[in-house]
Amino acid sequence: MQAVTLPDNNTGHAKRPRLFGWLLITPMVLWLVLFVVAPLLILLVYSFCQRDDMGRIVYTFTLDNYQRAFDPIYLRILWRSVLYAAITTVLCIAIGYPVAWFIARQSETIRNRLIMLVMIPFWTSFLIRTYAWITILNQNGLLNGLLESARIIPQPLEILYTPSAVILGLVYAYLPFMILPIYGSAEKVDESLVDAAHDLGAGPMRAFSDVIIPLTWPGISAGILLVFVPAIGMFAVTDLMGGGRDMLIGNVIQNQFGKARNWPFGAALGVIFTVLFVAAYAFVQYRASKRNQHQ
Amino acid sequence: MSKPSFLMRLLPASGLKILNRGLAAWTVIVFIFLYLPILILVVFSFNGGKNSKAWDGLSLKWYEALFSNTPIMESLKNSLVIAVATTIASVIVGTTGAWLLHRYKYKFSKTLQTLICVPMIMPEIVMGISLLILFTVVRMELGFTTVTIAHITFCFPFVLVAVQARLHGLDPALEEAALDLGAKPLQAFWLVIVPCLKPAILSGALMAFTLSLDELIVTFFTRGPGSQTLPIVVYGKARVGLDLTLNALSTVFVITTVVFVFFSEYLRKISTRK
Repeated sequence: MQAVTLPDNNTGHAKRPRLFGWLLITPMVLWLVLFVVAPLLILLVYSFCQRDDMGRIVYTFTLDNYQRAFDPIYLRILWRSVLYAAITTVLCIAIGYPVAWFIARQSETIRNRLIMLVMIPFWTSFLIRTYAWITILNQNGLLNGLLESARIIPQPLEILYTPSAVILGLVYAYLPFMILPIYGSAEKVDESLVDAAHDLGAGPMRAFSDVIIPLTWPGISAGILLVFVPAIGMFAVTDLMGGGRDMLIGNVIQNQFGKARNWPFGAALGVIFTVLFVAAYAFVQYRASKRNQHQ
Repeated sequence: MSKPSFLMRLLPASGLKILNRGLAAWTVIVFIFLYLPILILVVFSFNGGKNSKAWDGLSLKWYEALFSNTPIMESLKNSLVIAVATTIASVIVGTTGAWLLHRYKYKFSKTLQTLICVPMIMPEIVMGISLLILFTVVRMELGFTTVTIAHITFCFPFVLVAVQARLHGLDPALEEAALDLGAKPLQAFWLVIVPCLKPAILSGALMAFTLSLDELIVTFFTRGPGSQTLPIVVYGKARVGLDLTLNALSTVFVITTVVFVFFSEYLRKISTRK
């Protein structure tokens, strides 16, 4: 939410800083430079480096890491990661949008209560929420127990560790992140605009596609950023629900810094991921600013 | 527009009613989807059996197992130490940062504001690996310090943004009055501004604390052998499969989260009241 619209600097009464103001801001600026800017630059440098047989870094320029990243094997993994994230995002919008809209149309007391019900899973660790599904879907889990005692299946099914389980886990983890921003903009939609559309002869579908969707687009795009981008790089959910069978880009990156010990290649994948992220972000920001100009 | 008006008044009205009922039903279903797994998780933490396949009597043995599990308790202690340190640092940096950006117009204010948002939205895995590489390049030993640095980096912006939102709603005359009455800028900040910001600072602090306590990915890359945090241990156990000790642990966490959400909602109510 804050991610998309930066709070504009209300600097009406703000003064030009003198020594005091400069001194106090320095630690924070230094912190950001040291631990946000510098690491990203070093990541970029690493992605052009080589490693020796021991996995140590050698500072000689090479494009091999990027070349390798565009190898069909890794392109397929990248494609699968984007596909999983896209399916997750679409499902989150489809499931979450009606909920957000419904909550936004309630009276203030009910609205606040319902949104609290979204906040609780939002703030509950995704790890715990993913584990909750393991309790249900595991071979020794509740679902298998129920199916077996009802004699529907002779032996435990493997429901966990399938692509559907991965998608389920991702949707479950990210759904609140889609509902909240959409709710944020749905709440601001003026009901009379929807009524006006009806009065002018628009059916529910037309009113939805021509009035409601454009008005809630800021929320949808914020939700897409909060779901799509993190879902591409998420390795924990895919690992827990997928059992590491389908490698996703997050798993590959993690692997380069773990067992595979190929940091430069991992760095290159990280850079590619960052570029994708920045591109997606810039695109959404650009659309948002264009929309603002129209209004 | 050419449709007869009586039909128009009739059709959309009943149509809207059906639509609304449908939306209500869907919302209920989605809430069941969101809460049922958590409920099942909580219920089976009291199971006497050894998995969640079937109910086998009420028992607290998984809670006993939890509290006598040294790795979990050790990592919980680590997580709490890191979260407390992170929260304190984030509150200090975030609050002063928000105030400075509000009060002064720096040449790079806009850039800085964008830079502050970067750790909030950056993919965690990229942050994790880039910090890991940084710490390796400067030969810093991975452990408590590196994890805490990483946590502060993505937590303090949340405090800053929360405080900034509150500052926007604050009457600038407050500080001017304090300055006119002879307070030094620092005094005015400490004695006039900070008390007004308390609810926002507290809710920012809660956010920082929860974020730090739950964080897995960045911690995964910046931890050392002696600084396993709770999410890391839980992740390791959950990868192996079902373990009702984890249900007990999760239950404790879910209850804590519920309390936190109610408390921060209460704070939000106070801080938006003018």
